[in-house]
Amino acid sequence: MPERTSDFPRTRDSVIAGAASDDAAVRARSLEAIAESYWRPAYKYLRLRWHLEREDAEDLTQDFFATACDRDLFARYDPAAARFRTYLRVCLDSVAKNARAASLRLKRGGGVVHLALDFAGAEGELAGARALEENGPDEFFRREWLRSLFTLAVHDLRILCESAGKSVHFELFDRYDLGAGRATYAELAAEHALPVTQVTNHLAFARREFRRLLLARLRAQCASDAEFREEARELLGVDVT
Amino acid sequence: MTFLDDAALERLRCAADAPDLSGTKYAITRELARGGMGTVYEAWDAELERAVALKVVTVPEAIPEGVARLHREARTLAHLEHPGIVPVHDIGRLPDGRFYYAMKLVRGARLDELVATAPRAELLRIFGRVCDAIAFAHAHGVVHRDIKPANIMVAGFGEVLVVDWGLATEKQSPVDGRQSSTPNPASEPSSEIAARADDDTRLATADIRPVTGHGAILGTPGFMAPEQSSGGIVAVDARADVFALGALLQWMLGASGRAAPRANALAAIAGQAMRADPAARYQSVTALAADVEAFLDKRPVSAYPERALERARRVVTKYRAPIVLVLAYLVMRLVLLLVMRERR
Repeated sequence: MPERTSDFPRTRDSVIAGAASDDAAVRARSLEAIAESYWRPAYKYLRLRWHLEREDAEDLTQDFFATACDRDLFARYDPAAARFRTYLRVCLDSVAKNARAASLRLKRGGGVVHLALDFAGAEGELAGARALEENGPDEFFRREWLRSLFTLAVHDLRILCESAGKSVHFELFDRYDLGAGRATYAELAAEHALPVTQVTNHLAFARREFRRLLLARLRAQCASDAEFREEARELLGVDVT
Repeated sequence: MTFLDDAALERLRCAADAPDLSGTKYAITRELARGGMGTVYEAWDAELERAVALKVVTVPEAIPEGVARLHREARTLAHLEHPGIVPVHDIGRLPDGRFYYAMKLVRGARLDELVATAPRAELLRIFGRVCDAIAFAHAHGVVHRDIKPANIMVAGFGEVLVVDWGLATEKQSPVDGRQSSTPNPASEPSSEIAARADDDTRLATADIRPVTGHGAILGTPGFMAPEQSSGGIVAVDARADVFALGALLQWMLGASGRAAPRANALAAIAGQAMRADPAARYQSVTALAADVEAFLDKRPVSAYPERALERARRVVTKYRAPIVLVLAYLVMRLVLLLVMRERR
Protein backbone atom coordinates (compact mmCIF):
# COMPACT_ATOMS: atom_id res chain seq x y z
CA MET A 1 0.00 0.00 0.00
CA PRO A 2 1.46 3.37 -0.93
CA GLU A 3 2.14 5.78 1.92
CA ARG A 4 -0.26 8.43 0.72
CA THR A 5 -3.77 9.57 1.29
CA SER A 6 -6.66 8.92 -1.00
CA ASP A 7 -7.71 11.57 -3.47
CA PHE A 8 -10.38 14.13 -2.72
CA PRO A 9 -13.28 14.38 -2.33
CA ARG A 10 -13.11 11.91 0.50
CA THR A 11 -16.19 10.01 1.44
CA ARG A 12 -17.51 10.45 4.94
CA ASP A 13 -18.84 6.90 5.05
CA SER A 14 -17.47 4.79 7.84
CA VAL A 15 -14.62 2.58 6.71
CA ILE A 16 -15.42 0.33 9.65
CA ALA A 17 -18.78 -0.47 8.10
CA GLY A 18 -17.13 -0.74 4.69
CA ALA A 19 -14.70 -3.37 5.98
CA ALA A 20 -17.62 -5.71 6.57
CA SER A 21 -19.22 -5.02 3.18
CA ASP A 22 -20.16 -7.81 0.79
CA ASP A 23 -18.61 -5.80 -2.04
CA ALA A 24 -14.97 -6.85 -2.33
CA ALA A 25 -13.90 -3.50 -3.78
CA VAL A 26 -15.50 -1.56 -0.93
CA ARG A 27 -13.94 -3.96 1.53
CA ALA A 28 -10.49 -3.51 0.04
CA ARG A 29 -10.75 0.30 0.04
CA SER A 30 -11.93 0.24 3.63
CA LEU A 31 -9.12 -2.02 4.72
CA GLU A 32 -6.66 0.29 3.03
CA ALA A 33 -8.09 3.27 4.90
CA ILE A 34 -8.03 1.43 8.22
CA ALA A 35 -4.46 0.29 7.72
CA GLU A 36 -3.46 3.80 6.68
CA SER A 37 -4.59 5.18 10.04
CA TYR A 38 -3.74 2.30 12.28
CA TRP A 39 -0.59 0.60 11.08
CA ARG A 40 1.76 3.02 12.82
CA PRO A 41 0.02 2.82 16.19
CA ALA A 42 -0.15 -0.96 15.79
CA TYR A 43 3.54 -1.29 14.97
CA LYS A 44 4.62 0.96 17.83
CA TYR A 45 2.29 -0.84 20.18
CA LEU A 46 3.75 -4.23 19.28
CA ARG A 47 7.26 -2.90 19.68
CA LEU A 48 6.70 -1.22 23.04
CA ARG A 49 3.89 -3.19 24.65
CA TRP A 50 4.94 -6.64 23.53
CA HIS A 51 8.65 -5.90 23.23
CA LEU A 52 8.77 -7.58 19.84
CA GLU A 53 11.93 -7.39 17.82
CA ARG A 54 11.77 -4.95 14.97
CA GLU A 55 11.40 -7.60 12.26
CA ASP A 56 8.81 -9.54 14.23
CA ALA A 57 6.76 -6.40 14.81
CA GLU A 58 6.98 -5.55 11.11
CA ASP A 59 5.87 -9.03 10.10
CA LEU A 60 3.05 -9.14 12.60
CA THR A 61 1.78 -5.69 11.56
CA GLN A 62 1.89 -6.73 7.91
CA ASP A 63 0.16 -9.99 8.65
CA PHE A 64 -2.45 -8.38 10.87
CA PHE A 65 -3.73 -5.92 8.28
CA ALA A 66 -3.16 -8.09 5.24
CA THR A 67 -5.18 -10.99 6.60
CA ALA A 68 -7.77 -9.02 8.57
CA CYS A 69 -10.39 -9.38 5.85
CA ASP A 70 -9.76 -13.10 5.37
CA ARG A 71 -10.25 -13.63 9.08
CA ASP A 72 -13.42 -11.53 9.13
CA LEU A 73 -11.73 -9.50 11.83
CA PHE A 74 -13.58 -6.28 11.11
CA ALA A 75 -16.89 -7.98 10.37
CA ARG A 76 -16.87 -9.36 13.90
CA TYR A 77 -16.55 -5.93 15.44
CA ASP A 78 -19.54 -4.92 17.57
CA PRO A 79 -19.82 -1.11 17.96
CA ALA A 80 -22.04 -1.55 21.01
CA ALA A 81 -19.28 -3.38 22.89
CA ALA A 82 -16.35 -1.00 22.49
CA ARG A 83 -14.78 1.63 20.30
CA PHE A 84 -13.14 0.31 17.17
CA ARG A 85 -9.78 1.55 18.41
CA THR A 86 -10.11 -0.55 21.57
CA TYR A 87 -11.27 -3.57 19.60
CA LEU A 88 -8.28 -3.30 17.31
CA ARG A 89 -5.89 -3.04 20.23
CA VAL A 90 -7.39 -6.10 21.89
CA CYS A 91 -7.08 -8.00 18.60
CA LEU A 92 -3.44 -6.98 18.43
CA ASP A 93 -2.92 -8.24 21.95
CA SER A 94 -4.45 -11.55 20.99
CA VAL A 95 -2.38 -11.89 17.85
CA ALA A 96 0.83 -11.00 19.67
CA LYS A 97 0.03 -13.38 22.48
CA ASN A 98 -0.64 -16.25 20.11
CA ALA A 99 2.51 -15.54 18.14
CA ARG A 100 4.54 -15.53 21.31
CA ALA A 101 2.92 -18.69 22.63
CA ALA A 102 3.62 -20.51 19.41
CA SER A 103 7.20 -19.22 19.52
CA LEU A 104 6.87 -18.78 15.84
CA ARG A 105 9.03 -16.34 14.07
CA LEU A 106 6.84 -14.88 11.38
CA LYS A 107 8.50 -15.20 8.05
CA ARG A 108 8.44 -12.56 5.42
CA GLY A 109 6.68 -13.64 2.27
CA GLY A 110 5.00 -16.96 2.70
CA GLY A 111 2.12 -16.08 0.44
CA VAL A 112 1.06 -13.04 2.48
CA VAL A 113 0.28 -9.91 0.51
CA HIS A 114 2.69 -7.17 1.52
CA LEU A 115 1.66 -3.65 2.37
CA ALA A 116 4.18 -0.93 1.56
CA LEU A 117 4.57 0.48 5.03
CA ASP A 118 7.36 2.79 6.11
CA PHE A 119 8.56 0.79 9.10
CA ALA A 120 11.90 2.57 9.17
CA GLY A 121 10.07 5.86 9.62
CA ALA A 122 7.84 4.41 12.34
CA GLU A 123 10.88 2.95 14.08
CA GLY A 124 12.45 6.41 14.15
CA GLU A 125 9.33 7.76 15.84
CA LEU A 126 9.46 5.31 18.72
CA ALA A 127 11.84 7.46 20.71
CA GLY A 128 9.60 10.49 20.24
CA ALA A 129 6.42 8.65 21.15
CA ARG A 130 5.11 9.12 24.63
CA ALA A 131 6.20 6.23 26.82
CA LEU A 132 3.70 3.43 27.09
CA GLU A 133 4.34 2.94 30.81
CA GLU A 134 3.38 6.55 31.45
CA ASN A 135 -0.25 6.25 30.43
CA GLY A 136 -1.06 2.59 29.99
CA PRO A 137 -1.62 0.63 26.76
CA ASP A 138 -5.07 2.03 25.95
CA GLU A 139 -4.05 5.69 26.21
CA PHE A 140 -0.80 4.98 24.37
CA PHE A 141 -2.67 3.37 21.51
CA ARG A 142 -5.18 6.22 21.43
CA ARG A 143 -2.43 8.82 21.43
CA GLU A 144 -0.61 7.11 18.57
CA TRP A 145 -3.85 6.76 16.62
CA LEU A 146 -4.49 10.49 17.07
CA ARG A 147 -0.97 11.22 15.93
CA SER A 148 -1.60 9.16 12.83
CA LEU A 149 -4.96 10.85 12.25
CA PHE A 150 -3.52 14.35 12.55
CA THR A 151 -0.57 13.45 10.35
CA LEU A 152 -2.90 12.25 7.64
CA ALA A 153 -5.11 15.33 7.97
CA VAL A 154 -2.07 17.60 7.59
CA HIS A 155 -1.15 15.62 4.48
CA ASP A 156 -4.71 16.02 3.20
CA LEU A 157 -4.50 19.75 3.76
CA ARG A 158 -1.23 20.01 1.88
CA ILE A 159 -2.72 18.20 -1.12
CA LEU A 160 -5.88 20.28 -0.99
CA CYS A 161 -3.98 23.58 -0.85
CA GLU A 162 -1.59 22.58 -3.62
CA SER A 163 -4.38 21.41 -5.90
CA ALA A 164 -6.34 24.63 -5.26
CA GLY A 165 -3.34 26.89 -5.93
CA LYS A 166 -3.22 27.91 -2.29
CA SER A 167 0.25 26.70 -1.37
CA VAL A 168 0.94 29.88 0.52
CA HIS A 169 -2.00 29.10 2.79
CA PHE A 170 -0.41 25.81 3.71
CA GLU A 171 3.01 27.39 4.17
CA LEU A 172 1.54 29.87 6.63
CA PHE A 173 -0.27 27.06 8.44
CA ASP A 174 2.91 25.03 8.52
CA ARG A 175 4.91 27.92 9.95
CA TYR A 176 2.34 29.28 12.38
CA ASP A 177 0.39 26.29 13.62
CA LEU A 178 2.58 23.31 12.95
CA GLY A 179 6.11 24.45 13.54
CA ALA A 180 7.75 25.04 16.88
CA GLY A 181 8.97 28.58 17.61
CA ARG A 182 5.87 30.28 16.31
CA ALA A 183 6.41 33.34 14.12
CA THR A 184 4.23 36.40 14.60
CA TYR A 185 1.60 37.46 12.08
CA ALA A 186 3.76 40.48 11.26
CA GLU A 187 6.82 38.32 10.60
CA LEU A 188 4.85 36.01 8.36
CA ALA A 189 3.37 38.99 6.54
CA ALA A 190 6.86 40.36 5.92
CA GLU A 191 8.17 36.97 4.78
CA HIS A 192 5.40 36.50 2.23
CA ALA A 193 4.97 40.17 1.29
CA LEU A 194 1.36 40.11 2.41
CA PRO A 195 -0.72 42.43 4.59
CA VAL A 196 -1.22 41.08 8.10
CA THR A 197 -4.96 40.81 7.52
CA GLN A 198 -4.26 38.58 4.51
CA VAL A 199 -2.09 36.34 6.68
CA THR A 200 -4.83 35.94 9.27
CA ASN A 201 -7.39 35.30 6.54
CA HIS A 202 -5.20 32.64 4.91
CA LEU A 203 -4.61 31.04 8.29
CA ALA A 204 -8.32 31.06 9.00
CA PHE A 205 -8.93 29.28 5.70
CA ALA A 206 -6.24 26.68 6.38
CA ARG A 207 -7.50 26.03 9.92
CA ARG A 208 -11.08 25.77 8.75
CA GLU A 209 -10.11 23.24 6.06
CA PHE A 210 -7.83 21.37 8.44
CA ARG A 211 -10.65 21.06 10.89
CA ARG A 212 -12.99 19.81 8.17
CA LEU A 213 -10.45 17.29 6.89
CA LEU A 214 -9.63 16.09 10.36
CA LEU A 215 -13.28 15.56 11.18
CA ALA A 216 -13.78 13.76 7.86
CA ARG A 217 -10.90 11.44 8.74
CA LEU A 218 -12.31 10.94 12.18
CA ARG A 219 -15.77 10.28 10.83
CA ALA A 220 -14.42 7.61 8.54
CA GLN A 221 -12.70 5.91 11.44
CA CYS A 222 -15.79 5.69 13.60
CA ALA A 223 -18.34 2.93 13.44
CA SER A 224 -21.33 5.04 14.37
CA ASP A 225 -22.52 8.63 14.57
CA ALA A 226 -22.57 8.39 18.34
CA GLU A 227 -18.94 7.29 18.43
CA PHE A 228 -18.00 10.06 16.02
CA ARG A 229 -19.67 12.70 18.19
CA GLU A 230 -17.99 11.32 21.28
CA GLU A 231 -14.56 11.25 19.65
CA ALA A 232 -15.00 14.76 18.23
CA ARG A 233 -15.93 16.09 21.64
CA GLU A 234 -12.92 14.45 23.24
CA LEU A 235 -10.62 15.52 20.47
CA LEU A 236 -11.69 19.10 19.81
CA GLY A 237 -14.16 19.80 22.55
CA VAL A 238 -16.90 20.36 20.01
CA ASP A 239 -20.28 18.87 19.35
CA VAL A 240 -20.83 17.92 15.74
CA THR A 241 -23.92 16.88 13.91
CA MET B 1 5.26 12.18 6.37
CA THR B 2 6.53 14.41 9.12
CA PHE B 3 6.42 12.93 12.59
CA LEU B 4 4.24 15.02 14.89
CA ASP B 5 5.52 15.16 18.42
CA ASP B 6 3.16 15.75 21.34
CA ALA B 7 3.71 19.51 21.27
CA ALA B 8 2.92 19.69 17.54
CA LEU B 9 -0.15 17.56 18.13
CA GLU B 10 -1.39 19.97 20.77
CA ARG B 11 -0.71 22.99 18.53
CA LEU B 12 -2.67 21.36 15.73
CA ARG B 13 -5.52 20.50 18.04
CA CYS B 14 -5.69 24.15 19.05
CA ALA B 15 -5.48 25.22 15.40
CA ALA B 16 -8.36 22.94 14.45
CA ASP B 17 -10.38 24.39 17.27
CA ALA B 18 -9.32 28.01 16.71
CA PRO B 19 -12.25 30.26 15.83
CA ASP B 20 -12.34 31.78 12.38
CA LEU B 21 -11.90 35.50 13.01
CA SER B 22 -11.53 36.52 9.39
CA GLY B 23 -13.73 39.49 8.65
CA THR B 24 -13.71 40.63 12.27
CA LYS B 25 -11.51 43.23 13.90
CA TYR B 26 -9.97 40.61 16.21
CA ALA B 27 -6.90 38.42 15.93
CA ILE B 28 -6.18 35.71 18.46
CA THR B 29 -3.01 36.06 20.48
CA ARG B 30 -3.29 32.98 22.68
CA GLU B 31 -5.71 30.70 24.45
CA LEU B 32 -6.37 31.69 28.06
CA ALA B 33 -8.83 29.15 29.41
CA ARG B 34 -11.14 26.40 28.26
CA GLY B 35 -14.43 25.56 29.92
CA GLY B 36 -17.33 23.24 29.31
CA MET B 37 -19.13 25.60 26.98
CA GLY B 38 -16.61 28.10 25.77
CA THR B 39 -12.97 28.95 25.26
CA VAL B 40 -11.48 32.28 26.27
CA TYR B 41 -8.73 33.74 24.11
CA GLU B 42 -6.57 36.78 24.43
CA ALA B 43 -7.18 38.70 21.22
CA TRP B 44 -6.09 41.96 19.64
CA ASP B 45 -8.73 44.49 18.67
CA ALA B 46 -7.15 46.06 15.59
CA GLU B 47 -9.70 48.87 15.43
CA LEU B 48 -9.29 50.18 18.95
CA GLU B 49 -5.73 48.85 19.24
CA ARG B 50 -6.16 47.10 22.54
CA ALA B 51 -6.03 43.58 23.92
CA VAL B 52 -9.34 42.00 24.84
CA ALA B 53 -10.55 38.69 26.17
CA LEU B 54 -12.66 36.89 23.59
CA LYS B 55 -15.02 34.17 24.73
CA VAL B 56 -16.10 31.84 21.96
CA VAL B 57 -18.77 29.21 22.44
CA THR B 58 -17.43 25.71 21.94
CA VAL B 59 -20.72 24.29 20.90
CA PRO B 60 -21.70 25.26 17.37
CA GLU B 61 -25.11 26.59 16.56
CA ALA B 62 -26.34 23.06 15.97
CA ILE B 63 -26.98 23.06 19.69
CA PRO B 64 -28.74 26.38 20.22
CA GLU B 65 -28.80 26.21 24.04
CA GLY B 66 -25.05 26.79 24.15
CA VAL B 67 -25.35 29.91 22.04
CA ALA B 68 -28.33 31.13 24.00
CA ARG B 69 -26.49 30.64 27.25
CA LEU B 70 -23.42 32.60 26.15
CA HIS B 71 -25.64 35.27 24.66
CA ARG B 72 -27.46 35.68 27.94
CA GLU B 73 -24.21 35.70 29.88
CA ALA B 74 -22.98 38.60 27.74
CA ARG B 75 -26.24 40.43 28.21
CA THR B 76 -26.20 39.80 31.95
CA LEU B 77 -22.69 41.22 32.18
CA ALA B 78 -23.58 44.20 30.01
CA HIS B 79 -26.26 45.13 32.54
CA LEU B 80 -23.96 44.85 35.52
CA GLU B 81 -21.72 47.90 35.43
CA HIS B 82 -19.55 47.55 38.51
CA PRO B 83 -15.78 47.81 39.09
CA GLY B 84 -15.78 44.23 40.35
CA ILE B 85 -17.52 42.79 37.31
CA VAL B 86 -15.67 42.42 34.03
CA PRO B 87 -17.30 44.65 31.38
CA VAL B 88 -18.43 43.42 27.98
CA HIS B 89 -17.21 45.40 24.93
CA ASP B 90 -18.74 43.62 22.00
CA ILE B 91 -20.87 40.70 20.93
CA GLY B 92 -21.14 38.92 17.60
CA ARG B 93 -21.01 35.83 15.46
CA LEU B 94 -17.96 34.44 13.69
CA PRO B 95 -17.93 33.44 10.03
CA ASP B 96 -17.88 29.78 11.13
CA GLY B 97 -21.18 30.33 12.93
CA ARG B 98 -19.81 30.36 16.43
CA PHE B 99 -20.97 33.03 18.83
CA TYR B 100 -18.50 35.23 20.72
CA TYR B 101 -18.28 38.19 22.98
CA ALA B 102 -15.36 40.45 23.75
CA MET B 103 -14.70 41.70 27.23
CA LYS B 104 -12.06 43.51 29.18
CA LEU B 105 -8.82 41.56 29.39
CA VAL B 106 -7.89 41.26 33.05
CA ARG B 107 -4.16 41.00 33.52
CA GLY B 108 -3.48 39.51 36.90
CA ALA B 109 -3.68 36.33 38.87
CA ARG B 110 -6.50 34.07 39.91
CA LEU B 111 -7.21 33.90 43.59
CA ASP B 112 -6.17 30.26 43.77
CA GLU B 113 -2.79 31.23 42.32
CA LEU B 114 -1.98 33.86 44.92
CA VAL B 115 -3.66 32.53 48.04
CA ALA B 116 -0.53 30.85 49.33
CA THR B 117 1.52 34.06 49.28
CA ALA B 118 -1.01 36.79 50.04
CA PRO B 119 -1.26 38.04 53.66
CA ARG B 120 -4.49 37.21 55.43
CA ALA B 121 -5.54 40.85 55.64
CA GLU B 122 -5.15 41.11 51.85
CA LEU B 123 -7.21 37.95 51.35
CA LEU B 124 -9.97 39.39 53.50
CA ARG B 125 -9.82 42.65 51.54
CA ILE B 126 -10.24 40.63 48.34
CA PHE B 127 -13.10 38.75 49.94
CA GLY B 128 -14.77 42.05 50.77
CA ARG B 129 -14.45 43.24 47.16
CA VAL B 130 -15.94 39.97 45.92
CA CYS B 131 -18.85 40.46 48.32
CA ASP B 132 -19.35 44.00 46.96
CA ALA B 133 -19.60 42.73 43.38
CA ILE B 134 -21.90 39.86 44.24
CA ALA B 135 -24.12 42.09 46.38
CA PHE B 136 -24.38 44.48 43.44
CA ALA B 137 -25.40 41.63 41.15
CA HIS B 138 -27.98 40.43 43.67
CA ALA B 139 -29.40 43.93 43.88
CA HIS B 140 -29.98 43.63 40.13
CA GLY B 141 -31.59 40.22 40.46
CA VAL B 142 -28.61 38.20 39.23
CA VAL B 143 -27.26 35.16 41.09
CA HIS B 144 -23.74 34.10 40.07
CA ARG B 145 -24.00 30.40 41.08
CA ASP B 146 -20.35 29.54 40.44
CA ILE B 147 -18.30 31.55 42.90
CA LYS B 148 -14.96 29.83 43.42
CA PRO B 149 -11.28 30.83 43.62
CA ALA B 150 -10.66 30.24 39.92
CA ASN B 151 -13.40 32.74 39.06
CA ILE B 152 -11.84 35.60 40.99
CA MET B 153 -9.13 37.66 39.36
CA VAL B 154 -6.86 40.10 41.13
CA ALA B 155 -5.41 42.60 38.67
CA GLY B 156 -2.10 44.43 38.81
CA PHE B 157 -3.32 47.41 40.82
CA GLY B 158 -5.24 45.30 43.31
CA GLU B 159 -8.56 45.44 41.45
CA VAL B 160 -10.70 42.42 42.21
CA LEU B 161 -12.99 41.10 39.48
CA VAL B 162 -15.51 38.29 39.55
CA VAL B 163 -15.46 36.47 36.21
CA ASP B 164 -17.32 33.67 34.45
CA TRP B 165 -20.96 34.57 34.81
CA GLY B 166 -21.94 31.71 32.53
CA LEU B 167 -24.10 30.05 35.16
CA ALA B 168 -25.75 33.22 36.38
CA THR B 169 -29.48 33.32 36.73
CA GLU B 170 -31.74 36.32 36.58
CA LYS B 171 -34.58 36.23 39.01
CA GLN B 172 -36.45 38.19 41.59
CA SER B 173 -34.39 38.25 44.75
CA PRO B 174 -36.11 36.74 47.79
CA VAL B 175 -33.96 38.97 49.94
CA ASP B 176 -34.51 42.46 48.67
CA GLY B 177 -37.44 41.75 46.43
CA ARG B 178 -36.05 43.72 43.51
CA GLN B 179 -36.86 42.56 40.03
CA SER B 180 -34.22 41.80 37.46
CA SER B 181 -33.42 44.77 35.30
CA THR B 182 -32.65 42.59 32.32
CA PRO B 183 -35.15 41.32 29.79
CA ASN B 184 -36.40 37.92 30.79
CA PRO B 185 -35.73 34.99 28.54
CA ALA B 186 -38.68 32.76 27.92
CA SER B 187 -39.46 30.60 30.88
CA GLU B 188 -38.44 27.00 30.53
CA PRO B 189 -40.36 24.00 31.82
CA SER B 190 -40.06 23.55 35.55
CA SER B 191 -38.89 20.00 35.16
CA GLU B 192 -36.01 21.06 32.94
CA ILE B 193 -32.78 19.85 34.40
CA ALA B 194 -29.40 20.87 33.13
CA ALA B 195 -26.26 18.96 33.90
CA ARG B 196 -22.74 20.20 34.27
CA ALA B 197 -20.32 18.89 31.72
CA ASP B 198 -17.35 18.42 34.02
CA ASP B 199 -19.07 16.96 37.05
CA ASP B 200 -22.08 14.88 37.73
CA THR B 201 -24.05 17.39 39.71
CA ARG B 202 -27.52 18.34 38.67
CA LEU B 203 -29.67 21.28 39.41
CA ALA B 204 -33.35 21.68 39.03
CA THR B 205 -34.38 24.98 37.58
CA ALA B 206 -37.76 25.09 39.17
CA ASP B 207 -38.44 28.69 39.95
CA ILE B 208 -35.52 30.36 38.31
CA ARG B 209 -35.21 31.69 34.83
CA PRO B 210 -32.07 29.87 33.80
CA VAL B 211 -29.39 31.68 31.88
CA THR B 212 -28.04 28.23 31.39
CA GLY B 213 -29.33 25.47 29.21
CA HIS B 214 -28.67 21.88 28.27
CA GLY B 215 -25.15 20.70 28.98
CA ALA B 216 -24.41 23.84 30.99
CA ILE B 217 -21.93 24.04 33.79
CA LEU B 218 -23.96 24.42 36.92
CA GLY B 219 -21.66 24.87 39.83
CA THR B 220 -18.54 23.44 41.37
CA PRO B 221 -18.56 20.78 44.08
CA GLY B 222 -17.38 22.18 47.38
CA PHE B 223 -18.69 25.63 46.57
CA MET B 224 -22.23 24.65 45.69
CA ALA B 225 -25.08 25.10 48.13
CA PRO B 226 -26.98 21.89 48.93
CA GLU B 227 -30.12 23.20 47.25
CA GLN B 228 -28.04 23.82 44.11
CA SER B 229 -26.44 20.39 44.02
CA SER B 230 -29.36 18.33 45.25
CA GLY B 231 -31.13 18.15 41.93
CA GLY B 232 -34.46 18.48 43.66
CA ILE B 233 -37.19 20.86 42.64
CA VAL B 234 -36.05 23.64 44.88
CA ALA B 235 -35.39 27.31 44.57
CA VAL B 236 -31.86 28.58 44.04
CA ASP B 237 -31.64 32.18 45.09
CA ALA B 238 -29.08 34.70 46.30
CA ARG B 239 -28.44 32.60 49.37
CA ALA B 240 -26.76 30.00 47.18
CA ASP B 241 -24.10 32.66 46.53
CA VAL B 242 -23.93 33.33 50.29
CA PHE B 243 -23.11 29.63 50.73
CA ALA B 244 -20.43 29.79 48.03
CA LEU B 245 -18.90 32.88 49.63
CA GLY B 246 -18.80 31.05 52.95
CA ALA B 247 -17.04 28.14 51.24
CA LEU B 248 -14.66 30.63 49.66
CA LEU B 249 -13.88 32.16 53.05
CA GLN B 250 -13.32 28.75 54.55
CA TRP B 251 -11.09 27.81 51.63
CA MET B 252 -9.08 31.02 52.10
CA LEU B 253 -8.56 30.23 55.79
CA GLY B 254 -7.34 26.74 54.98
CA ALA B 255 -5.37 27.50 51.86
CA SER B 256 -3.45 30.49 53.23
CA GLY B 257 -1.74 28.03 55.57
CA ARG B 258 -1.09 30.47 58.39
CA ALA B 259 -2.44 30.36 61.93
CA ALA B 260 -4.77 33.31 62.35
CA PRO B 261 -5.69 35.20 65.50
CA ARG B 262 -9.41 34.98 66.17
CA ALA B 263 -9.62 32.22 63.59
CA ASN B 264 -12.64 30.84 65.44
CA ALA B 265 -14.64 33.93 64.64
CA LEU B 266 -13.80 33.76 60.95
CA ALA B 267 -14.58 30.05 60.88
CA ALA B 268 -17.92 30.81 62.53
CA ILE B 269 -18.70 33.40 59.86
CA ALA B 270 -17.92 30.84 57.14
CA GLY B 271 -19.96 28.24 59.00
CA GLN B 272 -22.94 30.58 59.31
CA ALA B 273 -22.81 31.28 55.57
CA MET B 274 -22.59 27.58 54.78
CA ARG B 275 -25.57 26.33 56.76
CA ALA B 276 -27.44 23.62 54.88
CA ASP B 277 -30.74 25.38 55.42
CA PRO B 278 -30.78 28.62 53.39
CA ALA B 279 -32.98 30.23 56.05
CA ALA B 280 -30.26 29.64 58.67
CA ARG B 281 -27.56 31.40 56.61
CA TYR B 282 -26.87 35.11 56.36
CA GLN B 283 -29.86 36.28 54.39
CA SER B 284 -27.79 38.54 52.17
CA VAL B 285 -24.21 38.98 51.03
CA THR B 286 -24.29 42.42 52.62
CA ALA B 287 -24.90 40.83 56.05
CA LEU B 288 -22.05 38.40 55.48
CA ALA B 289 -19.71 41.18 54.39
CA ALA B 290 -20.73 43.26 57.41
CA ASP B 291 -19.65 40.46 59.73
CA VAL B 292 -16.30 40.13 57.97
CA GLU B 293 -15.86 43.89 58.22
CA ALA B 294 -16.71 43.72 61.93
CA PHE B 295 -14.05 41.07 62.30
CA LEU B 296 -11.50 43.27 60.57
CA ASP B 297 -12.47 46.21 62.82
CA LYS B 298 -12.09 43.91 65.85
CA ARG B 299 -15.74 44.32 66.69
CA PRO B 300 -17.96 41.42 67.78
CA VAL B 301 -19.34 39.35 64.92
CA SER B 302 -22.91 38.15 64.89
CA ALA B 303 -21.98 34.59 64.02
CA TYR B 304 -19.71 34.04 66.99
CA PRO B 305 -20.74 34.48 70.66
CA GLU B 306 -17.52 35.37 72.43
CA ARG B 307 -16.45 34.12 75.83
CA ALA B 308 -15.41 36.74 78.38
CA LEU B 309 -11.70 36.07 77.92
CA GLU B 310 -11.96 36.26 74.17
CA ARG B 311 -13.89 39.51 74.43
CA ALA B 312 -11.26 40.94 76.73
CA ARG B 313 -8.48 39.86 74.40
CA ARG B 314 -10.26 41.38 71.41
CA VAL B 315 -10.88 44.65 73.22
CA VAL B 316 -7.26 44.79 74.34
CA THR B 317 -6.08 44.10 70.82
CA LYS B 318 -8.43 46.68 69.31
CA TYR B 319 -7.64 49.40 71.84
CA ARG B 320 -4.02 48.50 72.43
CA ALA B 321 -2.61 52.00 71.91
CA PRO B 322 -5.02 53.92 74.18
CA ILE B 323 -4.80 51.18 76.80
CA VAL B 324 -1.02 51.37 76.78
CA LEU B 325 -1.20 55.18 77.08
CA VAL B 326 -3.67 55.03 79.96
CA LEU B 327 -1.60 52.38 81.70
CA ALA B 328 1.55 54.41 81.22
CA TYR B 329 -0.24 57.45 82.60
CA LEU B 330 -1.47 55.49 85.62
CA VAL B 331 1.99 54.06 86.27
CA MET B 332 3.46 57.56 86.10
CA ARG B 333 0.82 58.85 88.50
CA LEU B 334 1.54 56.01 90.83
CA VAL B 335 5.26 56.63 90.71
CA LEU B 336 4.67 60.35 91.33
CA LEU B 337 2.42 59.59 94.28
CA LEU B 338 5.02 57.27 95.76
CA VAL B 339 7.79 59.81 95.25
CA MET B 340 5.73 62.59 96.82
CA ARG B 341 4.84 60.35 99.76
CA GLU B 342 8.52 59.56 100.26
CA ARG B 343 9.37 63.26 100.37
CA ARG B 344 6.73 63.93 102.99
